[in-house]
Amino acid sequence: MTDHALLSVRGVSKRYGRHIGCADVSFGLYPGEVMGIVGESGSGKSTLLNCMAGHLTPDAGEVFFDTAVDGPRDTLRMSEPERRMLSRTDWAFVHQHARDGLRMGVSAGGNVGERLMAVGARNYGVIRDSAEDWLERVEIDKSRIDDRPTAFSGGMQQRLQIARNLVTGPRLVFMDEPTGGLDVSVQARLLDLLRSLVRDMGLSAVVVTHDLAVVRLLANRLMVMKSGQVVESGLTDQVLDDPQHAYTQLLVSSILQV
Amino acid sequence: MFELKDVSKTFTLHNQGGAVIEVMSGASLSVRPGECVALTGASGAGKSTLMRMLYGNYRAQHGVISVDGVNIVQAAPREVIRLRREVLGYVSQFLRVVPRVPTLNVVAEPLLALGVPTPEAKERAADLLARLNIPKPLWALSPTTFSGGEQQRVNIARGFAHSFPALLLDEPTASLDATNRAVVLDLIQEAKARGAAIIGIFHDEAARAQVCDQEIDVTGFAPSQAA
Repeated sequence: MTDHALLSVRGVSKRYGRHIGCADVSFGLYPGEVMGIVGESGSGKSTLLNCMAGHLTPDAGEVFFDTAVDGPRDTLRMSEPERRMLSRTDWAFVHQHARDGLRMGVSAGGNVGERLMAVGARNYGVIRDSAEDWLERVEIDKSRIDDRPTAFSGGMQQRLQIARNLVTGPRLVFMDEPTGGLDVSVQARLLDLLRSLVRDMGLSAVVVTHDLAVVRLLANRLMVMKSGQVVESGLTDQVLDDPQHAYTQLLVSSILQV
Repeated sequence: MFELKDVSKTFTLHNQGGAVIEVMSGASLSVRPGECVALTGASGAGKSTLMRMLYGNYRAQHGVISVDGVNIVQAAPREVIRLRREVLGYVSQFLRVVPRVPTLNVVAEPLLALGVPTPEAKERAADLLARLNIPKPLWALSPTTFSGGEQQRVNIARGFAHSFPALLLDEPTASLDATNRAVVLDLIQEAKARGAAIIGIFHDEAARAQVCDQEIDVTGFAPSQAA
């Protein structure tokens, strides 16, 4: 077990005028860990995710990432080109709506290859082989490589987005409701895929969702947010099976049984 | 391997008037490698609660729960995650898996998580499934559609796939026929022989007599008696 956190979040706060987005959030994420963040709409979970991933600038706090090249760096104080490079190499971001993370006018193979080219790949054959390999890994038939994502189902688009994100071998993946809006059967397939990828690639991930069944199966740690604050955190199954905070107890007891 | 000292547990129900329910206090026990201890006591006495605390699934309010030298009560989540991956196995009564994952992969998963190569992990999984008489045509299917007894055997295979030095078994023989019950008892004996420390709940008295070295009645850990 390494003692170095891959990601160290310290005192991250973000306000929207008088409204609190997230307040004084701190945690460390270690290699191979998947952290779930749950809470109802407006609880600040997406604000926090976007602050960590560099899409929003927090008002206070530090987000240290253990970069492959330079060791721990505060990503909030990096230059824009440095951060952009990080988000193409060590980091990945899976959006809830695949269309936000894909280029809809470019072929499936192009979507995967583009990210490789962004980090310097130039050989067409290598890029195409790699794209084919990744389409197969996310269970998209390689005969679809020249089709545009607009011709894909929602579940396929989401898997394509994952392929595009993982092709450069990131170490940390941010996911915003990755299974939201998908049919239950498609969700299960995606969850299985994500679990295998996390295990086989040794990925770490931060997953925002409101679906407690998804976090139970995907995340080994959990944070519960309410009104911008983290009210409880711990092992996923412990937080869900023995919730300590009033809000978590309410959340867990509100799940409808099937 | 397992060392409990003065463990207590309360549930605070914030949404039901803040009721505080004391369920356990002063629980102490110790299990050595190669030893199997049965938790006994009437239904509701706290056997399952104690098992869940031993796995870090329920939080203890007080005391020490040490597994292989790690105090679960105070340990950081990642220490418990490591412990569960490498040291501490748990065969629960319920199978919780991603639907659509084939049974063979479900059983191989604890080994894959440890970095065992896929062919080797699947071979071990296949051995266990065969031993537990799960018909081969079912291996490629998700266990979510299996019968209760089959699911339980899949759960047992999964729990025994890695040679955990510490094992928690919740009713491992509950819904099994005589043949499979014997297989499970053999697996337990083999685990003991290689030095595993085991804590289990067995309603099956004959099974308990056959594999357990010690019985601990959790009624003794009830708060009213300890106070």
